[in-house]
Amino acid sequence: MAQPKQKFVGRSVLRLEDRPLLTGAGRFAADISFPGQLHMRVVRSAHAHARILAVHTADAAALPGVHAIWTAADVAHIPPIDFRLTKLVGLEPYRQRALATDRLRYVGEPVAAVFAESAYVAEDAAELVQVEVEELAPVLDALQEPQAFADGLRSEPAVVRKGFGDVDAAFRKAHTVVELDLTVGRHSGVPMETRGLIARHDRTRDVLELYGAAKVPHWNRAQIARMLGRALESVQLYEGHVGGGFGVRGELYPEDLLVCAAALKLARPVKWIEDRREHLLATNHSRQQSHRVRAAVDADGRILAIDDEFFTDQGAYLRTHAATVTDLTAAMLPGPYRVPAYRAVGHVRLTNKTPCGTYRAPGRFESTFVRERLVDAIATRLDIDPIELRRRNLITAAEMPYLRTLGTLGTEIELDSGDYAGLLDKTMAHLDWPALQRRLAQRRAADELVGAGLVMFVEKTGLGPRDLARVSVDGDGAVEVVTGAASVGQGVETVIAQICADALGVDYAGIRVVHGQTDRIAFGMGAFASRVTVMTGEATRIAAAKVRARAVEVAAELLQAPPDLLDVVDGRVVRTDAPEGPSISLGEIARTLAASPDGGLCAESWFQTDHMNYPYGVHAAVVAIDRGTGAVTVECYLVAYDIGKAVNPMLVEGQLVGGVLQGLGGSLYEEFRYDERGEPLCVTFADYLLPTAREAPPVDVLISEDAPSPLNPLGLKGAGEGGASAVGAAVAAAIDAALGMPGAVTALPVTPRKMREILRQETL
Amino acid sequence: MLGEYAAEDGRILAGGQSLVPTMAFRLAKPAHLIDINGIAALEKLNVENGSLSIGACVRHAAFHRPALAGPLGALLTTVVHHIAHYPIRLRGTFCGSLAHADPASEWCLVAATVGADITAISTRGTRTIAAADFFAGIMTTALAEDELLARVNLPVLSRDTRFGFCEFSRRAGDYAIAMTLATLRLEGGAIVDPRVGVGGAEAFPRRIPEAEAALAGRAPNEAVLRAAADAAAHAIDPLEDIQADAAYRRDLVRAMTRRALARACA
Repeated sequence: MAQPKQKFVGRSVLRLEDRPLLTGAGRFAADISFPGQLHMRVVRSAHAHARILAVHTADAAALPGVHAIWTAADVAHIPPIDFRLTKLVGLEPYRQRALATDRLRYVGEPVAAVFAESAYVAEDAAELVQVEVEELAPVLDALQEPQAFADGLRSEPAVVRKGFGDVDAAFRKAHTVVELDLTVGRHSGVPMETRGLIARHDRTRDVLELYGAAKVPHWNRAQIARMLGRALESVQLYEGHVGGGFGVRGELYPEDLLVCAAALKLARPVKWIEDRREHLLATNHSRQQSHRVRAAVDADGRILAIDDEFFTDQGAYLRTHAATVTDLTAAMLPGPYRVPAYRAVGHVRLTNKTPCGTYRAPGRFESTFVRERLVDAIATRLDIDPIELRRRNLITAAEMPYLRTLGTLGTEIELDSGDYAGLLDKTMAHLDWPALQRRLAQRRAADELVGAGLVMFVEKTGLGPRDLARVSVDGDGAVEVVTGAASVGQGVETVIAQICADALGVDYAGIRVVHGQTDRIAFGMGAFASRVTVMTGEATRIAAAKVRARAVEVAAELLQAPPDLLDVVDGRVVRTDAPEGPSISLGEIARTLAASPDGGLCAESWFQTDHMNYPYGVHAAVVAIDRGTGAVTVECYLVAYDIGKAVNPMLVEGQLVGGVLQGLGGSLYEEFRYDERGEPLCVTFADYLLPTAREAPPVDVLISEDAPSPLNPLGLKGAGEGGASAVGAAVAAAIDAALGMPGAVTALPVTPRKMREILRQETL
Repeated sequence: MLGEYAAEDGRILAGGQSLVPTMAFRLAKPAHLIDINGIAALEKLNVENGSLSIGACVRHAAFHRPALAGPLGALLTTVVHHIAHYPIRLRGTFCGSLAHADPASEWCLVAATVGADITAISTRGTRTIAAADFFAGIMTTALAEDELLARVNLPVLSRDTRFGFCEFSRRAGDYAIAMTLATLRLEGGAIVDPRVGVGGAEAFPRRIPEAEAALAGRAPNEAVLRAAADAAAHAIDPLEDIQADAAYRRDLVRAMTRRALARACA
């Protein structure tokens, strides 16, 4: 049998997803309705911290059109929401319930749910629900000593400790010790589509259906079934179009349980569409951390040890991610550098703010900011060029694979492949770094505040441990790939079709890719951790290869030809020695196999892996600062990213550019702020500032394929998060350079007001 | 109708770009909305008796191109591009901005700086209010509940009037955190009739006499413009909010005033 050719993998073919989206046929959560549905409105806490004395629902219940109002007692049978990742011992008491029972712990916490004939009536009624409370003092600072979360429980559920080597000895023998206090602001993924859920109980089949699922439908399905005491097969989740995920959408939240339980209990479909204010209050926040980090270095700037103690402001409860962000921060902080001794102590601290989860590049945006700030500070202290200093510390290509002796997400960190210095060289040449620096120096000489920053990072992608895909060809030759992946808009259908097309020998454009439907496949891990292209892609490739082999085997018999002379081209099995000779279509083969015991021309395959893989990159930013206003303008931005093998370079570029924009948000614009009473101040898009097209700099993307992953045959690594990981670090370095004040930026986001404060110091 | 319903929480709806979002947040819950869209008499935009008359239903977008020749038309076109975003400018109205009186409203700043006359009508009669007497506080005006802001008249600026406008906001289209509009003439190398209006920085936009005094009769050089900008920065009673504390607002007023003046004198 001839080897499959790469006709589609590696090409920027157009997205299969776009036709419905561009022709108005998209179906997002709010587009789904069922006859007789009730609308849910969640009554949310107006207090950051309070004891519930009573919840008065009589006035609301009296409103015409109100069907039911639930408080904690109505959902007492539903257990708290469990952890999906990084479940450490002793965290259970900190989980969130569907409705608050005795205490309110953040503004926005669900305390009651109204079910009514229309969304308007539900909202009117929700306003009439009175929550009587005794206010308590809120905890708003994760650096504050832990307080009582509940009887006998402190507001520090966990301390994550990671490390290796003799850190204390390294500091004792260090030539220089550099220490920094650094903070990253509270911000998060804010998809264009808010959350939305529609639950329906089909009593004929006794199946509970939930629409509006995203990200991890199979896990959520299992949890919902368990928590509501139903058989797994009697719960099905369906993903429609999803208007962005970024880590926050699709996790299991209180509202998922409320709509499901209500659909069962009230025997009516129940629809809930989150409004934007709710989204900014109720959906996972992320990122907020304070670090006290120090490095021990020798006289040449070689890192001897890094010691980091940090505090994650986790918000009011531990949601599905438990300690994930803290764990990833500690695990990924060493980045691309050789660090002989390392110690990270990450405190997970609860505060009276919205609970946190993961947001695109969780733990890497934060730790890359910290590490790269640290490296720049070492360079300043020892008066070594920061790029030269990085070179001295980079792990070399010859050292790959490089065992970090750290673990995270149930895997051991082994940097699988990489030529970090090679990508740095490429980037410097691409930017013509010396010429860029000369131009910026000239502009600075003309009194402009302009500067460039360049930083490096390592990503982690392709989280296992396994994925499943089923490829089938029907009697008409139509190819279907059923996966347990999820699509949050990133191009899953296109990429999976490209991989399948090459492995099978068909056109990618005709392949139907199914994702996010729990009734179509028993197993699925969904879309997170930049895993789909790697994990689902490889499972698909294996299944498609099996189908191809089976087709060739059958065709060899039908065509009376030796299998090694057969190839599958454009959906037909042909002879490689006589391309114009007799051939047979995959559809015909499928028809002959229709009655066979293996059920036709199809195959199902698992891909298993114990390790993640590790793409890496360089970010560079050029910024200009307005001296009068403190405004920072990013003039241009570059991402260089080694992805091993890009299945669709256009989509990789799109992922990276989108990530950069979100990174800029967290670096310059976005922050969830609270007043001293724990009242959130950023609950509209007028106060929570997402960068728009007008704030977007030109982003140059350099995709490199120097280091294919040895962990899968195509060499794939993921693309989802490398655009965001290093933006905070790069912007900070560029601002320092523009100011001529190394180390000026110690906190994100750098707002114009903070910038003006720095500039006032400059003029003093 | 307004006379009838004002007492029962009746509100005028024109472009709805401020009122409707406020209603969506349930901060405003008017019992009655009186839609004035479609009343042809309120859509008039014309020059009469030396002033530009802007009817209650004239949209921001009417100023995307100069509504009249000369400096006033150019000024309005410069300013309008700082108002929110294109779809909002298609619906929102000039007069609605004044009636709403957001401290960060560009049109309120224009009205205060060039000296608008604001015509209010009710069943009790018609009266004209000078811009200097119109704004009373954050989103507070001299309009009575039963009065409709029917039109605004802006004096046509003489051909030799120069203007400069500068605004700072976090993102394109956001509310101004500070902005300055300056108009002046140059006669024999000296500044004549300077008007310096500051918006977004105080409870309502107003002219800053201290800055104007620093300019009048002086040559438009760097030191003079800087002194006027400093005077404006010192004179204001700055708003403090999530975006800016008092010190930062003064910094911004200084920078905006300096730049607006430089543009006016360029």
